[in-house]
Formats: sequence, C-alpha cells, structure tokens
Amino acid sequence: MTTRSLVIVSAGLSEPSSTRRLADRLTAATTAALRDLDGRVTTEVIELRAHAHDLTDHLLTGFAGESLQQAKDAIAAADGVIAVTPIFSASYSGLFKTFFDVLDDGAIEGTPVLMGATAGTARHSLALEHALRPLFSYLKAVVAPSAVFAASEDWGADGLGARIDRAGRGFAALVAAHEPTHAADPFADPTPFAQLLRSG
Amino acid sequence: MQFGIFSVGDITPDPTTGRTPTEGERIQAMIAIALKAEEVGLDVFAAGEHHNPPFMTSSPTTMLGYIAAQTERLILSTATTLITTNDPVKIAEDYAMLQHLAGGRVDLMMGRGNTGPVYPWFGKDIRDGIALAVENYALLHRLWRETNVDWEGRFRTPLQSFTSTPRPLDGPPPFVWHGSIRSPEIAEQAAFYGDGFFHNNIFWPMRHTKQMVGIYRERFEFYGHGGADQAIVGLGGQVFMRDNSQDAVREFRPYFDVAPVYGHGPSLEDFTAQTPLTVGSPQQVIERYAAMREHVGDYQRQLFLMDHAGLPLATVLDQIEILGAEVVPVLRKELARDRPAPVPDAPTHAMLKADQTSRQNVFTANGGERP
Repeated sequence: MTTRSLVIVSAGLSEPSSTRRLADRLTAATTAALRDLDGRVTTEVIELRAHAHDLTDHLLTGFAGESLQQAKDAIAAADGVIAVTPIFSASYSGLFKTFFDVLDDGAIEGTPVLMGATAGTARHSLALEHALRPLFSYLKAVVAPSAVFAASEDWGADGLGARIDRAGRGFAALVAAHEPTHAADPFADPTPFAQLLRSG
Repeated sequence: MQFGIFSVGDITPDPTTGRTPTEGERIQAMIAIALKAEEVGLDVFAAGEHHNPPFMTSSPTTMLGYIAAQTERLILSTATTLITTNDPVKIAEDYAMLQHLAGGRVDLMMGRGNTGPVYPWFGKDIRDGIALAVENYALLHRLWRETNVDWEGRFRTPLQSFTSTPRPLDGPPPFVWHGSIRSPEIAEQAAFYGDGFFHNNIFWPMRHTKQMVGIYRERFEFYGHGGADQAIVGLGGQVFMRDNSQDAVREFRPYFDVAPVYGHGPSLEDFTAQTPLTVGSPQQVIERYAAMREHVGDYQRQLFLMDHAGLPLATVLDQIEILGAEVVPVLRKELARDRPAPVPDAPTHAMLKADQTSRQNVFTANGGERP
C-alpha cells in the first residue's frame, strides 16, 4: 500500500471557522476515497492564522521563522494539497495569498491541489475560478477540475455534502495517479561551473 | 582569523532625533569609522557599492584609496563590488591601482547587487545576473593574470591584445571573495576558482548560512584546492554592546524597530534569536560569535556591520572601541584554540606573494617545466 501525504491549508480566521469546517469535510472525503483506491493517507493541517505574524515577518525579512519553515517544508513535500480560503473583496484573503507568495519557486509544481472557498453569499462563488485557479495555474500545480464553494446558506441546505464527496473522489484519483516530482534541490546538486560558463 | 567592519554606506535618519546626516557628513563618518577600525586593532574595512540614494558609496576605490593613505595595516576590501554591472576591465584597472597605492592591502568581494534598476541603469538585464557574474569574473580573472588578452563574450565588446594596467603589485592579483546570500551558483563559482566565499548572514538564520557554506566547502574540495576544511570562509555579523545588556537593548531598540531591511517586522528578541544580531554585553557577543564555527567550521574572516539604522557616528565609534578592546582580542584567542592545523588563514598580499615566489622557485628548479 502506498502512503500519500495530504497537506491542508486553511485561511479561516475565526475559531471555529466555516473555512476550516469545509477543509475538514474535503479532507474526510478525499481520505475516504483514497483508502478505497489504494492506500494509506497522512494529513497535516496548516492553519494560516497561527502563522499570520510569521508571514508578515517573512515578507519583511525574506526568511521564514521556524514554525513557518516547517509549514513550507510540509507543503513542498506533499502528495496533494487541499487549499481553502474565505473570499474577501471578491478574491482569496490576503493571508492566503501571502502564504503562497512566500513558497519557494517550484514548491507545488506538479502537485495536485483541491480548491475550496467560503463566503457569506453564493454570489462570490466564481472567485474560485477567476482568482484561485489562475493562482495555482501560475504555480504550476495540477488543479482538480471540481472545486467546492460553500456560502453560509449551503450549510443548511441539501447538496453541499454531495459536492464535497464528488470533489473528494475526483481529487483522490489525481493524488493516486500522481508521481511525486519534487523540485531539484540546488544545494544537493549544484550546477557544475563548466556548465555555468557555457550557459553565459 | 581576520576581524573587521563592513559598511553599506546608507544615509538613514537617526530615529531618536529625526536628523538625517548630509552626504558629506556620512562620507566623512565612513572614513572616521575605517580609521577607528585600524586604531583599535581590527584587520579589515570593507565598503559597499551602491548607485542610488539613500546610499553614497558609488565610488569605492576613491574612498578606499583615501583611507589607504591614512592607514598602515588595515586591509581594504569591498562589500560588495558589483561584478554584474561594472565593466570587468575597469575593475581590473581600478583595483590594481588601489593595490599598488595601498601596498598590497587590498582584496575584493564580488556581488551581484540587490537593487533591480541598477542593471538597466548600467545597460544590463537583471535576468542575466548569474551569467554576468560568471562571464565578467572569468574575464577579470584573466586580465589580472595574463597580458595581451584576446577575449570574446556575450556581454561586452571583444578584446584583442588587451593588457590591463597597472599589472598587479608584485604579481599576485588581489584576493577575491565571492559573496552571495541565496545562490548556490556563486558558491560553486568561488569553489571553482579556489577563491573565498563570504556569506553575508546578518539578516539570515544559521540553517541557511550553514547550507551555503557547506556547498562551497564541498565543491572547493571537489575542484582540488584542498580539503573542505581549507576553504576560505567569511561571515557577516551585527552587534550592539553595553556593559549591562539591558542598557544595550534599551539604547538599540529604537534603531532596530524602524531600521531599513528588518524594521517594522519581527521583534528585537525574535530577530536576535534567528539571526547573528546580538544586542547585549560584550561577553554575550563573545559567546555568540565564538560559537559560529560550530555551524560553519573554522573560518577566516568575520566582518561586523556597525554603522547602520541611523546610529550616530559617536555611538558607532564607541561600539568599534568596545569591539576592538573587549571582544576581538578574546575571540582571537577563542578561535585559535582547537583550530585544526590544516585550516589556513585568509590569504594576504604577503602570503600570495610568498606563495608565488615558492612556485617560481620550483619552476626554475624544474628547468622551466611547470610542476
């Protein structure tokens, strides 16, 4: 059996938050589907609220504090990422974007990503498509076709559970089919100087 | 082991008074700092190079030449010389001239520069940063070692039968360090030539410095210049000291809180834990810097940034006094203790000259056959 690592990024601000609730539901659906497919799953949740100060410091100093570095290492090593943000002012929250801004180049290149978003009203739902999807495309992640949006009213209506299950199954198939490809480590494998001279 | 001061040459308002020094005052302050470094027994003074306000260090060899005339022992260096946007021919000429005038007390640290617009201002493209550093230095390296150079590259006019003058004093060119914070390619370059590698770690956690120095040492050995422990390593540092550590913290905090680069970010306490910045008693500084070699191995040069964030000149000179009187003499002893025999000192002009003479003697003894 193969063990897959899922890293869940939640940018919810309140505790408990509906963003985290959606992230947990997507994780459960994905995990169940992966177990049906081929194996074991480990999960690690990154609550961005806990890193909010570190993220600002990272912007200002250029390096990550210890716990933020662990989060960066975890996402770079993940077999799949579930990324969930509240929608603020028609887009992902600033906190969510800041986390993806400070990842190293290539950190999630080729990594399957399942997107989720929450908001007070369903009128924000396309933010997933016009804001989050281009962000992950730019980062060269493999974005699952089905993303899940949950407005406040969805938590009391039929349909959300089915959408979560469908997204989880589709994402699980991507994760299961994914061959881990991690960015080359320039420290472990430096470009020989002769090659640097030639490429001048 | 060499100890010294490096200065970026920024003109920053003193946050406690709101007063900004004039360019003239800041230039004179930098001279005073260099002279103080020699007076208190430090080994090196290195000047930055920038081509935009709020910096005034656009013309390093002019400044270093002026300092050379007023000092006797101090090694004059740079932090850094922009190998990307300067013409390598001009670097060869300027620093060979400085080397003559300073009686050999000159070395350089190459850097790519971190100010984006400097590239287009000097007709270059920042996306070529690494390629420029590689090609320009390859030319500079030849110009100091060969006459009648024929050369063609991607970034400058070709040369036919060009001889850079003056020739390096006594033969050996100034020793070169390559400085880079994040690029393994530059550690690779330093290793390839057997040059020094300087990691300016003042704003970086030790795990990162360790990684960069590690790759340089490994590749230095790979290229056959000696063991990894014989590679020539320099580190940056940043300190503020008072007899009573609480006084140091109280006095430095207003400067720290709004300083360029890290101001308005992490707390003084977090930043001192994460980077080499040490604010406290001279004893605390000694303990922190005596332990650096545990992370990067025994090294050759330790430079301190002392004159930034708008600290007034009198305070800076006072700090350099403490450094020279109370800290560096103890660090010299500490770092000499248990230093493995193969670990060399940083090359000086006298050492490079002696080395050249001994190689010449072998050459002659072999009847003209290169050993």
